[in-house]
Amino acid sequence: MIHISKRADFTLFKGRAEWLNRYVGWGIRLFAVFLSLVVSGLLIFFVTKLNPVKVYGAMIDGVFGTPRLTWAWVRDFTLLLLIAVGLAPAFKMRFWNIGAEGQVLVGGIVAAAFMIHLGSAGIPAAILIIMMAFASMAAGAAWGVIPALFKAKWNTNETLFTLMMNYIAIQLTSFLVPKWEHPKGSNSVGIINPDSNVGWFPKLFEKPISGMTQGAPMTRFLTAGESVYLNVLIVAAVVLFMFFYLKKSKHGYEIAVVGQSENTARYAAMNVKKIIIRSMTLSGALCGLAGFMAVSGIDHTISTGTAGGRGFTAIIVAWLAKFNPFIMILISGLLVFLEKGSISIASEFGLSKDVSQIITGIILFFILGSEFFINYEIKFARRARKEA
Amino acid sequence: MEENVKTTAAGRVPAVRMEGITKSFGSKKANVNVDLNIYHGEILSLLGENGSGKTTLMNMLSGIYFPDSGSIFVDGRPVSIKSPKDAFDLHIGMIHQHFKLVNVLTAAENVILGLKEGFVLNLKKVRTEVKKICDRYGFDVDPDKKVYDMSVSEKQTLEIIKVLYRGADILILDEPTAVLTPQETTRLFEVMRNMKKDGKSIVIITHKLHEVMEISDRVAVLRKGEYVGDIMTADTDPQELTDMMMGRAVTLNIERSEPKNIRKCLEVRHLSVIDADGVKKLDDVSFDANGGELLGIAGISGSGQKELLEVIAGLQPAVGGSSVVYTDMDGKTSTLLGRTPMEIKKLGVHLAFVPEDRLGMGLVGNMDIADNMLLRTYQDGGGVFVDMKKSRKLAEEIVQEFDVVTPGITTEVRKLSGGNVQKILVGREIAGNPSLLMSAYAVRGLDINTSYTIYRLMNEQKQRGAAVIYVGEDLDVLLELCDRILVLCAGRVSGIVDGRTVTKEDVGLMMTRLPEAEEAK
Repeated sequence: MIHISKRADFTLFKGRAEWLNRYVGWGIRLFAVFLSLVVSGLLIFFVTKLNPVKVYGAMIDGVFGTPRLTWAWVRDFTLLLLIAVGLAPAFKMRFWNIGAEGQVLVGGIVAAAFMIHLGSAGIPAAILIIMMAFASMAAGAAWGVIPALFKAKWNTNETLFTLMMNYIAIQLTSFLVPKWEHPKGSNSVGIINPDSNVGWFPKLFEKPISGMTQGAPMTRFLTAGESVYLNVLIVAAVVLFMFFYLKKSKHGYEIAVVGQSENTARYAAMNVKKIIIRSMTLSGALCGLAGFMAVSGIDHTISTGTAGGRGFTAIIVAWLAKFNPFIMILISGLLVFLEKGSISIASEFGLSKDVSQIITGIILFFILGSEFFINYEIKFARRARKEA
Repeated sequence: MEENVKTTAAGRVPAVRMEGITKSFGSKKANVNVDLNIYHGEILSLLGENGSGKTTLMNMLSGIYFPDSGSIFVDGRPVSIKSPKDAFDLHIGMIHQHFKLVNVLTAAENVILGLKEGFVLNLKKVRTEVKKICDRYGFDVDPDKKVYDMSVSEKQTLEIIKVLYRGADILILDEPTAVLTPQETTRLFEVMRNMKKDGKSIVIITHKLHEVMEISDRVAVLRKGEYVGDIMTADTDPQELTDMMMGRAVTLNIERSEPKNIRKCLEVRHLSVIDADGVKKLDDVSFDANGGELLGIAGISGSGQKELLEVIAGLQPAVGGSSVVYTDMDGKTSTLLGRTPMEIKKLGVHLAFVPEDRLGMGLVGNMDIADNMLLRTYQDGGGVFVDMKKSRKLAEEIVQEFDVVTPGITTEVRKLSGGNVQKILVGREIAGNPSLLMSAYAVRGLDINTSYTIYRLMNEQKQRGAAVIYVGEDLDVLLELCDRILVLCAGRVSGIVDGRTVTKEDVGLMMTRLPEAEEAK
C-alpha cells in the first residue's frame, strides 16, 4: 500500500552533518535534471537512432561553441532573469501578475519612441539613455499599477486584469508599428538608428584591457561581449538590490506578510493597499526596464514579439527559485541554455524544431515534478497486521 | 477466521481493540505502541494533554490516517481501515471538532450526502429515518432546516445524526463540548447516555476533567503519544487523572490577586458593529476596562467577542454613535474609533492583542519564530532595513522563558504544536509591557500546563497595572480568574457581574438570554 504524506523536514543526515539537510532539496532537483537528460537521451536514441551523448555535445557546442554564441546566451538569459526578478515582489505578495509580457512591451514601446523621435534632437547619448530608462520604467510601472489600484480599491481579480493589460500592450504595438515602419511597406519598424546608433546601449571596454595580448583567446572572448556588458551590469545590480530588498528591508518584510495573510498584515498595523500598490509599481517598473533593455540593448527595434513570451517563462523562473534572485540566475541560465541548445541540435541533425520543445518539456516536467518529492514523502507501508 | 478472535483477560470481546499502534509525522512520533480497548455499551474518555496523540489515534480508527505499524481488531477480527468509508463499513463514525457540513443544504440533505442511495433521491425516506433516530435518542432537529440557520449545537447534533444514520455503533466525539454552553453540554450528555443504553460504544476525546468524571465509565490516558493506562471513572478523582496525564503531581490553582491601584483605561460606550453582510454583530455595548483589573468576557462563541476586540484594535469599523476612549497612565484621553492600527500605535497606546486565529492573524505560519517577533516592531528604528538582531534576541528570550519546544528560533511557526505557537504569540504580545492586553480564547486547544501558564501571565499583567480583557469559553476558569465578567448574548450585554460571587449557572443563563429590561429595548 502506498501512502503519501507531507514532509516535515529532511532527516537524511544526522548529527554534525545536519545542516546538509537544508540542501537535500537542491540535491533532488539536480538529480531530476540528470534524470530528465537520461530520459530525453533515450527518447532521442529510440526515435532518431542518434547517439544521445553526441546530441548533448552538440547542444553544448551550439550554446558555448564560440564567444559570440556564449555572449548571446548571456544576453538572453539576463533579460529573462531581469523580468523574473521584477516579478518576484509581486508573486511573493501572492499578487498573480501574469502581465509581465505587457509591462515589458510598453517599456519597449517607450524606449523605441525616444529613439525614433529624439534620435536626431542632439541630446547627449548618456542623458538620452538615462531618460529612456526612466521613461520605460514609468511606463511599465503604470501598466503594473493599474491592476493593483483596481485590486486595492475594488478587489478586482488581478490575474484576469494583468492578462488583459497584455493584449492592450500588444494592440498598442500593432497600432504604432505602421506609424514607425521603415522601410515603407515592410510592416516592421526595422533597426532604429542603424548608422548613428543613438539610443543604443554603449559598448563597454571596447579597447582591450591593458596587459592582455591582442588575439589571445581570453581577449577575443572578452571583446565579443562588449555589447552585452551593460546588460549584465544592470541585471546584476537589480539582482543584488532585489535580494536585499526582499530579505532585509522593511518593505520586503511587509511583502512577505501580506503574501502569507492579509489579516495578519492588518493586525500588524500594515497598510495592505499601499503595500500592494507600491510593490506592483516596483514590479512593473522592473519589467519596463527589461523592455527598455530588449529594445535599446538587444533588438534595436520593436515588434509585437519583443517580449517573446518571456513574461510567462519568467513566472516559472521566479517560482522555481522560490523568489531568491540568486537562484533565479541558475534557473534562467538553464532555461535559456535549453532553448538555444535544442534549436541548434534541431538544425544540426536535421530534426524538426519540435524536438527541441519536446526536450525542454521533458526537462521542465522533471524539475517541476521533483517539487512533489521535495514536499511529500511516499511510504510503502507494510501490511499493518500481526499474526494472531 | 474464528481462530483470529481475540479476547481479553476478562473474557470480553472488545468492540475495538488497537494493538501496538505507532504513527509518526516526519520525525515527530504522534503515537508510540498504543494499546486500547473499546467495549460495547460503554462511554470511554480519552484523556490527554494537547499533542498527546488522542485525535491522531482516533483518526486511525476513522480512516483519516493509516498506522505505520500495529493492528486493529473489530469484534475480535483483524481489519485494515484505509478510508473513512472502510470505517463506516465497520460501523465506526467520528464527529470531528470542525464540522463537515454543507451550509446551503438542509439537515436531511446533509445526512445523505455522499451516500450511495440509488439514482433517485428519496428525501422522504431520509426524513422519516432521521425522525426515528431523533425520537430514539432524544435529539431535536428539524430535517428541513438549512445548516446556515443552525446554531453550533444544532450543527453538532446533525453531525451525530449523520454518523448514526450511516449505522455507526462506535461513535468517536472529538472535544464535543468545546463549543457548547453548560446547558447544551448537559443535553449532549443525556443523548450520549441514551446511546449507551442502546448498546453503542462512545469515545469522547476531552481534556476537561469534570466532564470526564460526569459522563464516562472508564478513562484511558495518553501522554506524549504513549498509552499510560486506563481506570474506571468510579475509582478515581481529578487529581489522580491529572497526575496520570502529566506524569507527575501538579497543583491546579488559578491565582487571582486582589485588584490594586485601579485606574481608568478603556471606556466603551454604545458600541455597535454591523458586518459586511449587514448583520448586527454588536448592539449598544457599554463597559469600562480598568488598569489593574482582569475583565472576563463570557458568551456563546459568535456572540460578538471577536468583533468587540477587533473594533478596539482598529481592525473593524463601528457604526456612528459608538465611542471607545482610551486613557493613558497620565490621564490623557484619546479616542480609538475610526483610527487604523498604525494610527493607534502612533498615539502611544500600547495595545497587545492575542487574537483567536493565531496562525491566521497573530502570527505568520510560514515564517520562523524570529521573523514573527518582527510583526509588531518591524517599523521601529530608522532606515529601510529591519532590525533582525533585536527580533532574534527576543525570540531567544521567549523560547527560554516559556519553555517553547522547538528545534531553534529559525523553525517555522506552523511546525510547532498549538501550545508552543500560543506561547510565542502571548510572549511577543506581553514583551513590550502593554497597558491594555486583550486575548481571545487564549487557552483554546492548549494543554493544562500551558493553560495555567497563560492564566498566570494574565494575572501578572494585571498586577503590573495593565487592563486585561480575557475572552474565554470555560466558565469554571472565568469564574476563578476574572475580577469582573461581562456576559454577551447575541451581541448585547446581558450583564456585568462580579467574578468572585456569581455562580456558573447564572452566567450560563445570562449567555442564553437577555434580562427583560434589555429584551424590551
